[in-house]
Amino acid sequence: LSCCWLIHRHSDKPAKMPAVSKGDGMRGLAVFISDIRNCKSKEAEIKRINKELANIRSKFKGDKALDGYSKKKYVCKLLFIFLLGHDIDFGHMEAVNLLSSNKYTEKQIGYLFISVLVNSNSELIRLINNAIKNDLSSRNPTFMCLALHCIANVGSREMAEAFASEIPRILVAGDTMDSVKQSAALCLLRLYKTSPDLVLMGEWTSRVVHLLNDQHMGVVTAAISLITCLSQKNPDEFKTCVSLAVSRLSRIVSSASTDLQDYTYYFVPAPWLSCKLLRLLQCYPPPEDGAVKGRLVECLETILNKAQEPPKSKKVQHSNAKNAILFEAISLIIHYDSEPNLLVRACNQLGQFLQHRETNLRYLALESMCTLASSEFSHEAVKTHIETVINALKTERDVSVRQRAADLLYAMCDRSNAKQIVAEMLSYLETADYSIREEMVLKVAILAEKYAVDYSWYVDTILNLIRIAGDYVSEEVWYRVIQIVINRDDVQGYAAKTVFEALQAPACHENMVKVGGYILGEFGNLIAGDPRSSPLVQFNLLHSKFHLCSVPTRALLLSAYIKFINLFPETKATIQEVLRCDSQIRNSDVELQQRAVEYLKLSSIASTDVLATVLEEMPPFPERESSILAKLKKKKGPGAVSVTELEDSKREGGELNGGGDRGPDTASTPSPSADLLGIRSAAPVGAAPASAGSLLVDVFSEAGDISSLTNPLIPLPCRFVCKNNGVLFENQLLQIGIKSEYRQNLGRMYLFYGNKTSVQFASFTTTVSCPGELQSHILSMHLLEPLVEGGAQIQQVLNIECLTDFSDAPLLNIKFRYGGALQNLTLKLPVTINKFFQPTEMTSSDFFQRWKQLSQPQQEAQKIFKANHSMDTEVLKAKLLGLGTALLDNVDPNPENYVCAGVIQTKGQQVGCLLRLEPNAQAQMYRLTLRCSKDSVSRRLCELLAEQF
Amino acid sequence: MQFMLLFSRQGKLRLQKWYVPLSDKEKKKITRELVQTVLARKPKMCSFLEWRDLKIVYKRYASLYFCCAIEDQDNELITLEIIHRYVELLDKYFGSVCELDIIFNFEKAYFILDEFLLGGEAQETSKKNVLKAIEQADLLQELNAFNVN
Repeated sequence: LSCCWLIHRHSDKPAKMPAVSKGDGMRGLAVFISDIRNCKSKEAEIKRINKELANIRSKFKGDKALDGYSKKKYVCKLLFIFLLGHDIDFGHMEAVNLLSSNKYTEKQIGYLFISVLVNSNSELIRLINNAIKNDLSSRNPTFMCLALHCIANVGSREMAEAFASEIPRILVAGDTMDSVKQSAALCLLRLYKTSPDLVLMGEWTSRVVHLLNDQHMGVVTAAISLITCLSQKNPDEFKTCVSLAVSRLSRIVSSASTDLQDYTYYFVPAPWLSCKLLRLLQCYPPPEDGAVKGRLVECLETILNKAQEPPKSKKVQHSNAKNAILFEAISLIIHYDSEPNLLVRACNQLGQFLQHRETNLRYLALESMCTLASSEFSHEAVKTHIETVINALKTERDVSVRQRAADLLYAMCDRSNAKQIVAEMLSYLETADYSIREEMVLKVAILAEKYAVDYSWYVDTILNLIRIAGDYVSEEVWYRVIQIVINRDDVQGYAAKTVFEALQAPACHENMVKVGGYILGEFGNLIAGDPRSSPLVQFNLLHSKFHLCSVPTRALLLSAYIKFINLFPETKATIQEVLRCDSQIRNSDVELQQRAVEYLKLSSIASTDVLATVLEEMPPFPERESSILAKLKKKKGPGAVSVTELEDSKREGGELNGGGDRGPDTASTPSPSADLLGIRSAAPVGAAPASAGSLLVDVFSEAGDISSLTNPLIPLPCRFVCKNNGVLFENQLLQIGIKSEYRQNLGRMYLFYGNKTSVQFASFTTTVSCPGELQSHILSMHLLEPLVEGGAQIQQVLNIECLTDFSDAPLLNIKFRYGGALQNLTLKLPVTINKFFQPTEMTSSDFFQRWKQLSQPQQEAQKIFKANHSMDTEVLKAKLLGLGTALLDNVDPNPENYVCAGVIQTKGQQVGCLLRLEPNAQAQMYRLTLRCSKDSVSRRLCELLAEQF
Repeated sequence: MQFMLLFSRQGKLRLQKWYVPLSDKEKKKITRELVQTVLARKPKMCSFLEWRDLKIVYKRYASLYFCCAIEDQDNELITLEIIHRYVELLDKYFGSVCELDIIFNFEKAYFILDEFLLGGEAQETSKKNVLKAIEQADLLQELNAFNVN
């Protein structure tokens, strides 16, 4: 089989013998390769290789100096063995000897070995760099190219350090051969990608840009890749490339198919260069110069026109090259998103490809149309292809093409076609490939929420989703349906009725039981009037599923039961009996046992009033970004949901979560627990399925994403400015509470770490750091036990001394292992300058006297801002007192205003501070003024406080 | 382009070229995964697929698969023609190339690739120019061979 020609030929030329070795034959190598190929088994191969390795080792170590030829042969054998997948840990020295040789044939093999088996031994690198330096200065273009290829192949930091300043010179020097320039350009590109800080074009910039005008097409082809990469990072410095690129492109596009000789590929002039030019232009906005822009539009039109011309060849290479340019031109048109005419033409062209017989073109057309759908100019034009795309989803034989069709349907969805698209996606889900089900489920859930005009349709859609693809419905999806039902009272009755019906199915998915349990527990009363769904019927229905469910679901059902006792007193006896039985009250699972015991007790001792308060209906959830959307974004990267964002920007009213604003405390707000009482069981975290892509973390708040590799800094919840105690951080694994007290310039903070899971955290470490100029320093830290047991809480004490005023907060870093994964989070500690306030009481006249003394402009900081929180007098007073200052009565002539005074104690000095807060209830605005004896304190306090009110 | 792999229908790796720094372990893992994925695909399927955050472009020539990993903004069709041009270069150099040529002359396959693509980007797309560079090198080799003997 290995003798088949790679390119099929219709000739009667007999099959040739393979060129066993070309150029200078290394017989020994060919024999060795034949030996390996003749090995009958893996074992025989390994035996042969080991024999050879031993032989080579002894030759390299032997007393007899090897000649260049033998060295080359052995190094080649090592290379071959490495390429077979075996590890090679010697031979580097011999390779370095070879590449230092002045015989081309040896040098070439030496470089090849080093390029393939990159090694980070510093002594070796020094030797290699030396040899490269010699070759670069040899003025022998073949040697120079070899050296440049090696740098480009290895691309290590050490090489960048040694050569990054030398190569630009070679690239632009007038006497450099074209082939060397080509290698130099791409070599530099590789170094720039690995060590951008070391590659500085500086004075060479303009000469590099002008390589776009070079006579040699090969030089332009190589240089443009470098220019594109540099332009992305420094668009301004390289912007002259735009007009040069346009004129080069224009010359290529208008040239006859034979003008460019060997750069014409299957009758297409310079396809690679054309694509690269179009790609470079995508780094910039449309040209401002009218003439340049006109010329470019002409090019784009010509490219679109050529697509309609009959092909010059039937070869697939011809159409591929031509269409590569066409797709790149369409990308540029989409990038500009400013020429409606071109956008619509592009869309029509892609529409033709949607039904092309080439699978590749159908795939690319679907992909490219996806981005077109997000342009307001072409969104409607894309929508006209809906039937074709739906058909593709149903009939394409290749899953990757179907995936593209699903993406496009998602992108073209809007209010006018949402019902059709969601219905098609749902029906596709019944037979969809496993690989794309989870993503399809997310997409359906998002579209259903986004375009729901009536909520009953939304509820139906999500329940269908659970029925069809229950296993792929992640927590985010069913959390969301519950949130929406809780927040919309007009859908609650319908939701209760629908889940009740769905639960009738003999085998229903566990996610259905969760949603059903939650919704009936909250709103079962809305359907209890019908004797077919009386309280007891509802309870029996739920309880019939209980024994088939996992622990987290059972926990949820227990909470639904206690809610039933409140909603329907007539079910109390039945439910208490269930709670009392051994399988509940003595359950081996701690969570279930605890719930059973506590609910039983609660239901028997609490009065109806207490019960009604404790088990009150859940309050509406604060509206935030849809968790599902956040998940899809994570899954696909931000680009994937651009359409949705576009829609968001022009969304009208009438949506499920319209008008909600972000709460101020989102950083630490826990996710809407799937739990009726807000008691969050640890089990859902621990019992997380191993299925790929399932996100365990709370996607509602960024703080939840602690497993993220980027270790985002968790901002300080602003309520801690006026508060000393509370929950600082919480996610599914860990809760951190703080209690703190301050006296003069000293403070003590108690940190409580609670493990919310049932297993212990390993390697739990915490460190406190004061970044930058933060002067306040931490004097001592009590060390922790290394293990945080499941369910346990440990305490840590932190002593703080304020040396001088500061604005940043110290950082607390926590690392531990949970389930094998390293968890790493960093949060700001709520140590703010106001913590060191001592209240100062004073009379009205004293106050104004001091106020006048602090009259230099820098001493005052003022801010006028919109109220973000309640303007209620008592709330404001509590906050101002929490701040640490004295709240002075009868000072301000306007009784609506608040005036405070205090002294900030630092080790070195005391800073007197006066504060005035003027609320304007009508405008919902405040004016805040601070005057302090130190400028920096005024500014900092003003920043801090403006977020509080 | 991030890397290029050549492997046989039996899943044997014939050539690997990496344009991004990766550990040997990672390279082996990627190779294993991709060889498996690509070999599992049926003949009429499309030549592109999404894989991790990369796009895979592959084409089969007789017994050999050529498989490239490109980034999101890269052009799939032009990459397909990069593969074809490389096959043409090999074909012209070896005179009707077959898999055995690449096995026995793997170093030549690398040299040709380096003349054509460098750092993952097209360096010289003219067939004549690439082959001229390689022939010159061969000439130097033969001269050297005379010198040695």
